[in-house]
Amino acid sequence: MTANKRLKTLAWYLVLAGLGYLFLFPLLFMIVSSFKPESAIFTDLYSLRAILPVGELTLDNYRGVFEKSRIGYYFLNSLLITGGTVIMGLFVNSLLAYSLSRLEWRGQKLILSAVIALMIIPLEAVVVPMLLLVSKLPTLGWEEGRLVIEGSWMNTRHVQMLPFVANAFFIFLFYQFFRDIPKDFDEAAKLDGASPFQIYRHIIVPMSGPVFATVAILHFMVMWNQYLWPIMAVQSEAVRPVMPGIQIFFGRETEWGEILAYASFITLPVLVVFMIFQKRFVRSLAGAGIKG
Amino acid sequence: MHSNIDEARPRRLADGAGTGEAKVTTYRQARRRERRFGYLLSFPALLGLFMFLVLPFLMAVVLSFSDQRLLSPNQAEWVGLRNYDRLLSVSWLVQEAERSELGEVVRTAEGEPEFPALRTLLRGDPAYREYREFTSWQWGEKRYVLLAKDPRFIQSFLNTLLFVMLVVPLQCGLALGLALLINRQLRGISVFRAIFFSPVVTSIVVVSIVWTFLYHRDVGVLNHYLQALTFGLVGPIDWLGDPDWAMPSIVIMSAWQACGVQMLIFLAGLQGISQDLYEAAELDGAGRWSQFWNITLPGLRNTLVFVILSTTVQAFGLFTQVDVMTGGGPQGSTSTVMFHAVAKGFREQDIAYGSAVSVVFFLVILLIALLQKKFFDAREAK
Amino acid sequence: MQKSVPGRRFGMSMTTLSLGMSVALSMVAATAHADPQRIEYWRTEASQAEIESQQAAIDRFNQSQPRWRVEMSRLPAGSYTEAMTAAALAGDLPCVMYIDQPVAPNFAWSEFLRPLDGLVPAETLAPLLETAKATYGGEIYAAGQNEEVLVLYGRRSVLEEHGIRIATLDHPWSQAEFLAALEALKQGGDFLYPLDIQAGWTGDEWYSYAFGPWLLSFGGDQIDRGNYLYAEGVLNGEEVLAWGEFFQGLFEAGYVDRNPSDNRGFDQGRVALNYVGSWELRNHLDAWGDDLVVMPVPDFGHGTTIGGGSWQLGISTQCDAPEGAAAFVDFMLQPAEIAEAARARITVPSHPQAAALTEDFREGGRWRFFYDYAEAHARLRPATPGYPTISSAFERAARDIRDGRDVQEALDEAVDAIERDIADNRGYGFHE
Repeated sequence: MTANKRLKTLAWYLVLAGLGYLFLFPLLFMIVSSFKPESAIFTDLYSLRAILPVGELTLDNYRGVFEKSRIGYYFLNSLLITGGTVIMGLFVNSLLAYSLSRLEWRGQKLILSAVIALMIIPLEAVVVPMLLLVSKLPTLGWEEGRLVIEGSWMNTRHVQMLPFVANAFFIFLFYQFFRDIPKDFDEAAKLDGASPFQIYRHIIVPMSGPVFATVAILHFMVMWNQYLWPIMAVQSEAVRPVMPGIQIFFGRETEWGEILAYASFITLPVLVVFMIFQKRFVRSLAGAGIKG
Repeated sequence: MHSNIDEARPRRLADGAGTGEAKVTTYRQARRRERRFGYLLSFPALLGLFMFLVLPFLMAVVLSFSDQRLLSPNQAEWVGLRNYDRLLSVSWLVQEAERSELGEVVRTAEGEPEFPALRTLLRGDPAYREYREFTSWQWGEKRYVLLAKDPRFIQSFLNTLLFVMLVVPLQCGLALGLALLINRQLRGISVFRAIFFSPVVTSIVVVSIVWTFLYHRDVGVLNHYLQALTFGLVGPIDWLGDPDWAMPSIVIMSAWQACGVQMLIFLAGLQGISQDLYEAAELDGAGRWSQFWNITLPGLRNTLVFVILSTTVQAFGLFTQVDVMTGGGPQGSTSTVMFHAVAKGFREQDIAYGSAVSVVFFLVILLIALLQKKFFDAREAK
Repeated sequence: MQKSVPGRRFGMSMTTLSLGMSVALSMVAATAHADPQRIEYWRTEASQAEIESQQAAIDRFNQSQPRWRVEMSRLPAGSYTEAMTAAALAGDLPCVMYIDQPVAPNFAWSEFLRPLDGLVPAETLAPLLETAKATYGGEIYAAGQNEEVLVLYGRRSVLEEHGIRIATLDHPWSQAEFLAALEALKQGGDFLYPLDIQAGWTGDEWYSYAFGPWLLSFGGDQIDRGNYLYAEGVLNGEEVLAWGEFFQGLFEAGYVDRNPSDNRGFDQGRVALNYVGSWELRNHLDAWGDDLVVMPVPDFGHGTTIGGGSWQLGISTQCDAPEGAAAFVDFMLQPAEIAEAARARITVPSHPQAAALTEDFREGGRWRFFYDYAEAHARLRPATPGYPTISSAFERAARDIRDGRDVQEALDEAVDAIERDIADNRGYGFHE
């Protein structure tokens, strides 16, 4: 390596490091400060100490968070809601995409263009009437061996899941992927008498790992970060997810330490998962875009 | 399964040779079965899309012609286009300065001409009764007043456009810059890639909360550095409290939070461009800049279209940041169409009006998406 | 995340179960009568002390009788009213709800609250302070254990150092005196912002509750209480305009931080005066002990005035055990319980007998000031179903004024919003 080249590399790293600091600062600050007493958060703010775990470190903020909120509940709810929706979504969306891309039936073209058109309706455009809708839908349950209506969909876990299972964008991602799988595979199976569902199950799904991963990751992020909808449709703590839960700390006594602890607590698991599956994340997301 | 195929195929062929009719039936049966499965497998997702996207949207359309409230003992009634009229009506008028009996312009102590109270005027005139002032300019002895029936909505709409126009170039530019930066074989580059991406995996709610802290006028870190770097000449800026700064502050944060996704997409696009092109250009003596313009950008065309389109549509839905950071303020400077829809339809319980906002919002997005697509298609045709 | 799609069965069963809506419409829930019957009670999230004291009261009620068992859920305060709206819409309201007094008429009009008359004994309700009851259409819909009282907290040492007179109930500060005090504190240099009025508390009724009474003291109001139909000339009248200019001036002069980073300024000595309710008394005592002084709000011309009507208990129409709910409300409103709550978290009792039972609030008690102040100077907010809109329109205007908007413009907009809402709701039952 020539000296010139080495200098260039060094400059490159310096630029990267500077930018990296800008991108990392808020997150590091949040996590580090969540372990500091309130006064130290403010005094450390203006030096490098803001992002370094130095000085008096304490778990008091976390203790406060657990005392004041049922964060464990919220966390579990978010896990159930996110997990359930993502799993249902993978199944339901890939099935429609499969049906659109590899089966022949009447009305198919129309449905495909409808799905593509639906991609641009943002959820926000329909939340208000959707609230009215779900308040009229009955929730069914069993009581003493009989099917009974247990109130509406409001304030349940499934009201946070079912509306988000089918997703036009994910269908489209699946569709593109399935479309490009050579048809020879299913022709052979078809002759063999395999039903379309068997073909889906035994041929398409095993070949489509990457797109399932992409959709799962994207869907996970959408669901974990739900905010507006649960604020509207969910009241009780028993079914409250993590994001709206943070509101508890914006009551009249603002304790920044606790707010940051709560924020860290609901962010860290996602960050950790991200770090572990970083390569996969990156590949999936990049793939989602390039194809679109 | 595979062994089956070998056995089955000859038999079927043999059958077919015997009775043509049977062959047709099998074919028809297969077709029919495929069609049945087609409908069956499509059903769950289609039901979901219908129930939770199409139906609510249709409901919004219907509700927007009524005076339905979220909660009210009053029976809802049809009101025709009233909600749209209130939402979209704009008008203007010119006011003449007040004159004394001698015909001279009445002036304030500062020498500015005085105008009759606009509000009295509007409330007194049936044609203008529902209008409020949106903004006005004074020109000599005349005052030009722009009126709207719901100035907050017009303001929210303009705010949303402003947000889109600022955030889309910033976010896409930032993403492209980062992608170019990390698109090379350097040790530890994946660490940087992960760092630039990390805000994306952090919830926007969390990000908004942390940045509210960083933006704070007196204790915020941003003002601290700003003042330190400019030796106290600039600032402190009341980032989220100043009507001029609040929206740009949200723009900066939003671009910072989300650009990681676009960065990855650009990165994949960059890696799809053949290295041969660059080598050939290098041989021709083309500089870096010219390489960027002539190879990189054209090579990223499809990626760019996708990124700009998706970022635009996303940006139109701005809500969470506003709700967490500013509540639409200061002075409505960060209120957005979505924020207005939720404020009216849910918080103020006027679901009919909120629905009308949603419908208009959808039409605008549709229009913009079509325009953008047309624009890019036209460029491609060139 | 490989190859196959797990959990398929789960997915299908959830979908079919919940989407199968056409089924079982005629079936009725045959709930077994398990004793004791559960009474759901929703309240806002609050300080540890408040929650604990209330939980203790609930435990006492549950142990005092075998028929009912009250269960409390806490909801975030910031979106509490919205949560109630959504629950009401879904028919999911709890039996007993904690409601902000001024919102009660709206809930009564929407038919989500039952009148307490006839359910809760009249002798329980009668002696309560007037502001501790929510009345609409001549009936009581909610009643509360305590009254929160807004005051100006200060520190004797700081005031004396700056030569500022300590205001008393008989001699509150005038507007001029108030401004002079702020100027002296600002000039003193120890306080970047001498006064905290919790300007950052938005979206939760604080603005209307805290500053609505200032309007009254200026001689204005939020709506014409003679007809509850018009705000024109009232909310944007001369008196309120004067209030707006004064209010804006507080921020312009740098007396008040527009958006404080937290509300610990007073406790930590960063601000000299704190305009906040009796709920902060304990914190302030912990911080300053005997140096703490409690003063009335300045008299802006029509007497010192504070907002009455705190959080109260109401019984919903969607409750299937109203007697149980009523028994609980009755229990909570007994002087002994009220006194207990007042002791546990230093809050002002809403009942004269309860006040007499507590050391702090009985005649001559250390904090009797709060009780007397509430009794004599607390005024209720407009008792109309349109109040939520009045409150949010007023808050928006006040926030805009805080942020520098033209006062007249901001108030005109609020008037328009309020009058339009009233017209849209066909007068909320009021007529010309």
